[in-house]
Amino acid sequence: MQDYASQIHRCFRCGYCKFPSDYSSFNCPSYRRFRFDSYSTGGRLWLIYAWLKGEIEWSEHLAEIFYTCTACRNCVEQCPMKFAPDIVDWIVGARSDMVEKGRIPPRVARFFESVHGYGNPLKLLRGDRAAWANGVRRYAPGDEYLLYVGCLASYDENGQRMARALVEVLNAAGASYGILAEEEECCGNEIYMLGEMGLFQSLADKNIGRFRDLGVKKVITLCPHGYNTMKNNYPASGGDFQVYHCTQVLDDLIKRTEVKPSSLEARVTYHDPCFLGRYNNIYEEPRRVLRSIPGIELVEMERNRRDAFCCGGGSGNFITDLLAGGEDSPARVRVREAHQTGADTLAVACPGCLTMLTAAVKSENLDEELAVRGISELLSGALSNQ
Amino acid sequence: MVGSRAVYDELVRIVGKDFVSDHKEERYFYARDGGLMPPHEPDFVVLPNTSEQIQQIVKLANREQVPIVPQGAGLALTGLVIPQRGGMVLDMKRMDRILEVNEQARYVVVEAGVTHGTLKNHLHRHHPQLRHSIPDSPPTATVVANAVIHGQGRLSQQHGFNSDMVSGLEVILPTGELCRIGSCSVSPYWFSKGPPLPDLSSLFLGWFGTTGIITRLGLKLYPCKKMRDVMLALTDRAELVPDIMLRLSHTEMVEDVVAAAQPLPLRFKDTFWIMAYITGDTQEELEFKRKMVWDALWDLFESRDVGILSLPSAMKGPLLSMPSKDTTRFADVSKGGGFQYAGPIAPIEKFPLFVKKLEEVAANYKLFYSSTSRLIGAGHCMMFSFSFSFNRANADEMSRAKKALDECSRFALEEGGVLWKADIDEQKLLMDRMDPNTLGLMKKIRQLLDPNGIMNPGNWEIE
Repeated sequence: MQDYASQIHRCFRCGYCKFPSDYSSFNCPSYRRFRFDSYSTGGRLWLIYAWLKGEIEWSEHLAEIFYTCTACRNCVEQCPMKFAPDIVDWIVGARSDMVEKGRIPPRVARFFESVHGYGNPLKLLRGDRAAWANGVRRYAPGDEYLLYVGCLASYDENGQRMARALVEVLNAAGASYGILAEEEECCGNEIYMLGEMGLFQSLADKNIGRFRDLGVKKVITLCPHGYNTMKNNYPASGGDFQVYHCTQVLDDLIKRTEVKPSSLEARVTYHDPCFLGRYNNIYEEPRRVLRSIPGIELVEMERNRRDAFCCGGGSGNFITDLLAGGEDSPARVRVREAHQTGADTLAVACPGCLTMLTAAVKSENLDEELAVRGISELLSGALSNQ
Repeated sequence: MVGSRAVYDELVRIVGKDFVSDHKEERYFYARDGGLMPPHEPDFVVLPNTSEQIQQIVKLANREQVPIVPQGAGLALTGLVIPQRGGMVLDMKRMDRILEVNEQARYVVVEAGVTHGTLKNHLHRHHPQLRHSIPDSPPTATVVANAVIHGQGRLSQQHGFNSDMVSGLEVILPTGELCRIGSCSVSPYWFSKGPPLPDLSSLFLGWFGTTGIITRLGLKLYPCKKMRDVMLALTDRAELVPDIMLRLSHTEMVEDVVAAAQPLPLRFKDTFWIMAYITGDTQEELEFKRKMVWDALWDLFESRDVGILSLPSAMKGPLLSMPSKDTTRFADVSKGGGFQYAGPIAPIEKFPLFVKKLEEVAANYKLFYSSTSRLIGAGHCMMFSFSFSFNRANADEMSRAKKALDECSRFALEEGGVLWKADIDEQKLLMDRMDPNTLGLMKKIRQLLDPNGIMNPGNWEIE
């Protein structure tokens, strides 16, 4: 973490950060939701600077402004300044200071407590972590891959669907893999983004130690959040293994014809998850998987790839839900955009996005017109049609 | 002072609780802009969504004697939307609907929160044969606020100030009435802000929100050619720049003429860059215009007073981009998040004098400078920017930058310039020099339109 305090005054509050690259609409999820400039990246940076200078005191409202940033990195993409790559780090740095002072929103505090006490932010029993995984074998030394499932896919029923579908495809391809089941620990990506660096380090150390003990060389993550932190944060703590997001593995299996999807008729639009796209530049693999399925017509939303509009779930907001409420919530905005494409299916590659967007489809009363499905579910469906 | 609970409750009733804030955080942010004027907090920040809501807010403000400051993106940098007497800031950006594009009459009608970025995108997607005059401010700048401050843009050389391109207004008067200005007051069409009627738009443009709140605006659109290019003339003789700009304008072939001066990178030092933008629907048209530009400057080229640089595409890209991100990047030259400019509107003959002054002032105050001057109209005047970057974490540098700007503004005024988007101190300088009868007329207009003095008080305030 760099010394953000000595740099943060450099924001000019020009507002480029609010937009996608074509300026078509506002692309900062918290600004789109709240519409006060204080909730834009520029607003947040100016308020952090004011807080550091002692010009404003801590308040619950200030903390909410800090924590409604989903860390989606749209601002990083759009800011014209040289410091652009550091913006999210600055916000995380400020959150970290808030954590150290014990001044965080109650929902964020509960998030930390749940992960600390239960190993997941949903406050569900560790022993139930593999309840979804009927018959999936545990990782054993010699397996090619460890399938790291993650919290949402372990506990949330939408995520569990994704996990079961992924397992079906891996099994169909004869992949060599296993899971950690109740030994799996939260990856810590959200903990990092929320600024609890001590807890993050503890989680990273536990996971890295367990992987090392088991001789894990390759990890498949179902969730882009886990992929991001294992790929970009764990190496600094000694993580020495290759990490793949499941869509990369699926793409590879299809290329090598170890998976041969048959027909699935659907008009599909794909939502880029922030931690796969903007964080890790993985845009084409998920699309190639979708295009490989005969019968799928892939249509793009107006905002896609680097310009994709975040579902609002990042930085733990899929649990803390600080951006919820009303038709301006990012997930509802995104679902309307997906619906405008004429797609009948909104494909996702992240269980967090799946949770957010599934709820938003219900709120928009689009249940009958738009299904939200994981890419692994679509592929699994295409295999079962054989 | 924090506003009264009764006013807050009434604002909540009008716009909904999600769109009113009296939190310290919003009051802090909306108390300042990116420039150097001292902050002053509003009591409330309000995000209206309809003209009807604004009418109710204005009536409330009159009843309770609460100042109102309408705001676009707050990018003027001269503190024009800093609420000098508190009250409420109306952030207009929720009113973001593009209501109509009339392709044949070539105008668009937008709500007050529509940004230049969004309008550019909308036209590009849906009406690619049309464009508007995009300013160099960031894309968050609103069309209405830019017109209210008499902004300039990429079509100003051909068509004047962006406010000259207004083709109609809907305004909430300071007493709450909704009023339409121009052809739209008698017709469903928004093709003219005045003629053949009395032009009442002047009661609202340039007044910085002191005479009413513009809620809708008609804006003239212009043909969008399929191709654009930029040609670059260089000279180390400042005294030649006005002539070069005039020659380029005389061709009637260039869309935009801009002269730039800055000391860094070193290849820019002591050199003036004059950019001529040309457009065409075919390569032949573009080539013809290129030739016209060459011909216009040929004798200067032959005498070696002017060079014409062939630009690689990597250099052309940033120059052709609209809006220009490079303009914004100037704020980080001092790695400090700040820049401000004094931008007098002046005869182009003043260019050499202003450049000399800019260099002197920058040296005296130890500041990094740049200048971008845009031709407005067919040489009728230019906007000359005395721009200084500063570090917001360095109070001394900020103080020097403010003094430098003040000195430049006074100098420009002495030389016959008129200060653009003048801050409250510069407004006083202007009014001190103004013809007393003109000043009296302005005072009568303000008193007539805003009897309770609630509209953006502190600005254009006549003793």
